[in-house]
Amino acid sequence: MSDTHAQTVAFVRDTMTEQQEPPLSQSGAYKWMRENLLSTPLNVILTLVSVWLIYSVLSHVMPWAVFGIWDASSLSECRTIRDELYGADANVACWAVISERWKQLLFGFYPPEHYWRPVLAFVLFLVAISPVLFSSLPRKLLAFSVVAPFILFWLIWGGTIWGPICVALGFVIGWAIIRYASPYIGALGSVILAIVVPLLYWFVLAGPLDDLLASILPIGLEQVQSKQMGGFMLAMIIGISGIALSLPLGIVLALGRQSDLFLINKCSVIFIEVIRGVPLIVWLFTASLLLNYFLPPGTNFDLMLRVIIMVTLFSSAYIAEVVRGGLAALPKGQYEAADALGLDYWKSMRLVILPQALKISIPGIVNTFIGLFKDTTLVVFIGLLDPIGLSNAIRASTEWNGIYWELFVFIGLCFFIFCFSMGRYSLFLEKKLRREHR
Amino acid sequence: MKKTVILGALTVAGLAAGAAGAATLDDVKARGSLNCGVSTGLTGFSAPDANGVWQGFDVAVCRAVAAAVLGDPMAVEFVPTTGQTRFTALASGEIDVLARNTTWTFSRDVDLKFEFIGVNYYDGQGFMVPKALGVSSAKELDGATVCIQTGTTTELNLADFFRVNNISYEPVPIETNAEAQQQYLAGACDVYTTDASGLAATRASFEAPGDHVILPEIISKEPLGPLVRHGDSEWGDIVRWTLNALVAAEEYGVTSANIGELSAAPGNNPEINRLLGTEGELGAMFGLEADWAKKAIMANGNYGEIFEKTIGENTPIGLSRGLNAQWTEGGLLYSPPFR
Amino acid sequence: MTTMTDPPGQGFRLSQLIYDTRYRSLTIQVVAMILLMLLFSWLVSNTIHNLQNLGKDFDFGFLWQPSGYDINQRLIDYNSQSTHGRAALVGILNTLLVAALGCALATVLGVIAGVLRLSNNWLVARLMAFYVEGFRNVPLLLWIVLIFALMTEGTPAPSAFRGDTPSASMLFDAVAITNRGVYIPAIHFNAAFFESGLYNWLLIIAVFAASVFAVKRIGHWAAVKQEATGDRPTTWYLTLGVLIVPTAILMVLMGAYFDLPSLQGFNFGGGVHLRGSLIALWLALSLYTGAFIAEIVRGGILAISKGQSEAAFALGLRPGTTMNLVILPQALRVIIPPLISQFLNLTKNSSLAIAVGYMDARSTLGGITINQTGRELEGMLLLGLFYLVLSLLISGVMNVYNNSVKLKER
Repeated sequence: MSDTHAQTVAFVRDTMTEQQEPPLSQSGAYKWMRENLLSTPLNVILTLVSVWLIYSVLSHVMPWAVFGIWDASSLSECRTIRDELYGADANVACWAVISERWKQLLFGFYPPEHYWRPVLAFVLFLVAISPVLFSSLPRKLLAFSVVAPFILFWLIWGGTIWGPICVALGFVIGWAIIRYASPYIGALGSVILAIVVPLLYWFVLAGPLDDLLASILPIGLEQVQSKQMGGFMLAMIIGISGIALSLPLGIVLALGRQSDLFLINKCSVIFIEVIRGVPLIVWLFTASLLLNYFLPPGTNFDLMLRVIIMVTLFSSAYIAEVVRGGLAALPKGQYEAADALGLDYWKSMRLVILPQALKISIPGIVNTFIGLFKDTTLVVFIGLLDPIGLSNAIRASTEWNGIYWELFVFIGLCFFIFCFSMGRYSLFLEKKLRREHR
Repeated sequence: MKKTVILGALTVAGLAAGAAGAATLDDVKARGSLNCGVSTGLTGFSAPDANGVWQGFDVAVCRAVAAAVLGDPMAVEFVPTTGQTRFTALASGEIDVLARNTTWTFSRDVDLKFEFIGVNYYDGQGFMVPKALGVSSAKELDGATVCIQTGTTTELNLADFFRVNNISYEPVPIETNAEAQQQYLAGACDVYTTDASGLAATRASFEAPGDHVILPEIISKEPLGPLVRHGDSEWGDIVRWTLNALVAAEEYGVTSANIGELSAAPGNNPEINRLLGTEGELGAMFGLEADWAKKAIMANGNYGEIFEKTIGENTPIGLSRGLNAQWTEGGLLYSPPFR
Repeated sequence: MTTMTDPPGQGFRLSQLIYDTRYRSLTIQVVAMILLMLLFSWLVSNTIHNLQNLGKDFDFGFLWQPSGYDINQRLIDYNSQSTHGRAALVGILNTLLVAALGCALATVLGVIAGVLRLSNNWLVARLMAFYVEGFRNVPLLLWIVLIFALMTEGTPAPSAFRGDTPSASMLFDAVAITNRGVYIPAIHFNAAFFESGLYNWLLIIAVFAASVFAVKRIGHWAAVKQEATGDRPTTWYLTLGVLIVPTAILMVLMGAYFDLPSLQGFNFGGGVHLRGSLIALWLALSLYTGAFIAEIVRGGILAISKGQSEAAFALGLRPGTTMNLVILPQALRVIIPPLISQFLNLTKNSSLAIAVGYMDARSTLGGITINQTGRELEGMLLLGLFYLVLSLLISGVMNVYNNSVKLKER
């Protein structure tokens, strides 16, 4: 047996052959191309079509964009420079309009010496929003998020610092009443009181108090009218305040839509459906043409505020649907557990349901914000100078009359960068939430 | 007071614009600035420059009014309005005066309850066509595609003109002048129609202005003027006579160059003396200072100077005075006497 | 004997309204109702007051006055002497047209882009990702304006077709693509049955619909036969015949002929003119919404676990059948609800027609009419109502469809 065995093993290799490179067809760019671009006849055709598409677009756009003229003070000067450099037939961009007017496109007519204010406000906004967006950051930052709206408002509009402080004081009063008075007058009483007292304070006391404090200690920044704001700054202000202000209303509407109370439920449904059924542009025209009809004779506030009010109502309907999705996604056990603990409706919502539901809803809220931010371009139709409105105004100046694509390309790129990064963030968050739920 | 109760918080926040009271003059003085509605951008008439300062022919009227009332031509808040929002902005009190190349028509004056205080530019609707088309009259435009800006009287005029002449056309409504320009240049329409001043301004911005002709037909009367709300005649008077002062100053030869000299002491022309406040009490009659007209004229010069600076023959727009010359020179500008 | 019940003197106490859960919800609702009514009456009284101050009234009479303006694209008869009401109707039809066209094309584009984005062709997948992200992250308004401008600059003007050596020519001598739109042949009738073209077309559509129904019956009959015998009869020629022949006979009877577009004066005459504004708006809406639909489709396909297709292959189904019978029915359930909201968005976004001068409901009723009559309150109210009804209709119809494809739970 052992002999046979020894014979069958005719040869045992004791030295290894040199390791060889994989054949050319199985490595590097060739393999990659064969597998990813040319694997089937259909794929070959698709690849060819794509290459042709990319080439035909780039061959038109690239020379135009790359050879563009950056330094000129008017379109006619641009054309003279072009004639000198490339001849009269050349089709090149005149980026000079961007280099001369980019500040206007970003800030509108905001006084240039105060540009640091919106920039600082934007940075502070990012700081304030970060604890909401990234849960790994310390929770103490949330305190800043609460104060931030007042600081941002003061930075952008200016005026005395006492104005925002006096308004904020009203919220502090309301909070204090709920915190300290509820043991004495009961939960319901304190809630009612916490609504009535601050309202009374705002209507009666806040104005004189502000005047008084301002006359004693005039600390403040130079006031800037909202008419002077425009461009991307305007789009940001409308988008951010629209979403921020619509959150509370949206949550209430979402709860209302889930409520068993017939009347409240129906009112919420009607409100949400009416708002969502009509295009934003119609609401904006309503804000600019009709809002004055609905308010007491003689009242009149500026267009930007009217637009913010309308946008807030508009986005609250969308936020309500997002939050409703979050509420529906929660397992029923959470509701039952909260009931089993003996929590009443508001307590169970505040302590158990909403914190979880809102966390799930954040990607949806971010997406709503992206949509709203893009939709702010519609304000051009009611005469606000958003980026597109400003591009029209710039084209109306004698220097730049006749320029077209350059402004749109710039505006489009800015929007793309902003919305794309927001979209990526919301994707990241969705993935993270899915991991956590597993 | 009502405002402070209802909008107390908002007033604190500084976001509530002033209420439209009965007396616009008092409101403007209390506010310290004039709210003036202008176009969101119309070459030569209103457009912001690189520093965000509004410039143009309509803008100059606003500045003159601000100078007359407040003594400072820069004390104007410009409110850009579109063709659609302009009348509501004025009716609601958001703006004190609308200086936005608005045509004075019966229904706007009567039905929409506004008061046109005069005409600062006599315009008319015209047609521009490429020379290559070989058209010499608008009546040859049968079957043509016509670009029009929407939201104005132009589309009504156009419909009337083609119906009366019994020729067919294809309207292409466009939202802004820039788009219309782009469409016209690309040949998407044969004809571009708007106010003749707008046509001239548009043509001036072309690479080859010589390739396009403006047809001789002017199919409508477009007296463009500033307007205010019904019901506040005092304010209407102020705006009307500020405009008249600019026109009269040109007639009498008062310019921004010689106005210092002329207003230093009463001269031998009583009309100029009354205008500049060195004689008589005209300013006090409507609650302004005696030198109101002087300030208004100093803001941008007299009517002729404003015209030359913003849309005149030496600007890229290159409009000639035409109907907008003084009556003494065959035009229609005729200011009532300052007396 | 009634020791267990409440003392009768006690009766109903006022505090029960707040502390008794039986009454509390009622109290809250009544209070909410009262507050709501107060708010409403406040708004209405303000409006009445303001209208009075302005010397205006609330009156829809303007709808019956002549409008005075022309509309280029009209699906029904209209001229500048027609009423504002008819102008509004023309606009409404235009809105419906572009919304319907847009929904159809957006679905096609979205499905193609969604499937191609999952393609294993690297270049194609990247290109589709670029398309989706590019359109999703830039405002629609910008796209509409850009596409309109691109079309006007990229296509020849009608004058390019003129002359001895024209620089542009018509496709097959029947279709002219110009920067004023696309001219395609129209079908006219020599011996029409009705005066109005609309009725003729309705008749043809009715006949065609009947054919489609017949084809369905044939398919059903074939399926029944297959169940019974195991053999599926060949039906394609029958199907084709039933589908085409009746309609074709009717068209011949009515004396149908093609009306080809040709250069006349400044423009092309004859044929059907699809205007540049319509095409630009249609394309922009479809491309924009298509980018969103692509993501929905991709999500829907990815949501179906791989085991499903593997199981189908194991059963011996071919890839096409697998897609039809296994993957799509399941993916549809994920896809349809968000698809409905995209259709709604597209319909609402068609109000951006203002940017290219397409005369939709917002441009006629909510634009020129309001502007010329100064009836913003009435006009806006009508416009809002129109969009609301349209939205509710679309979501209603789509929900019915959604219920029909929904997984029937056991």
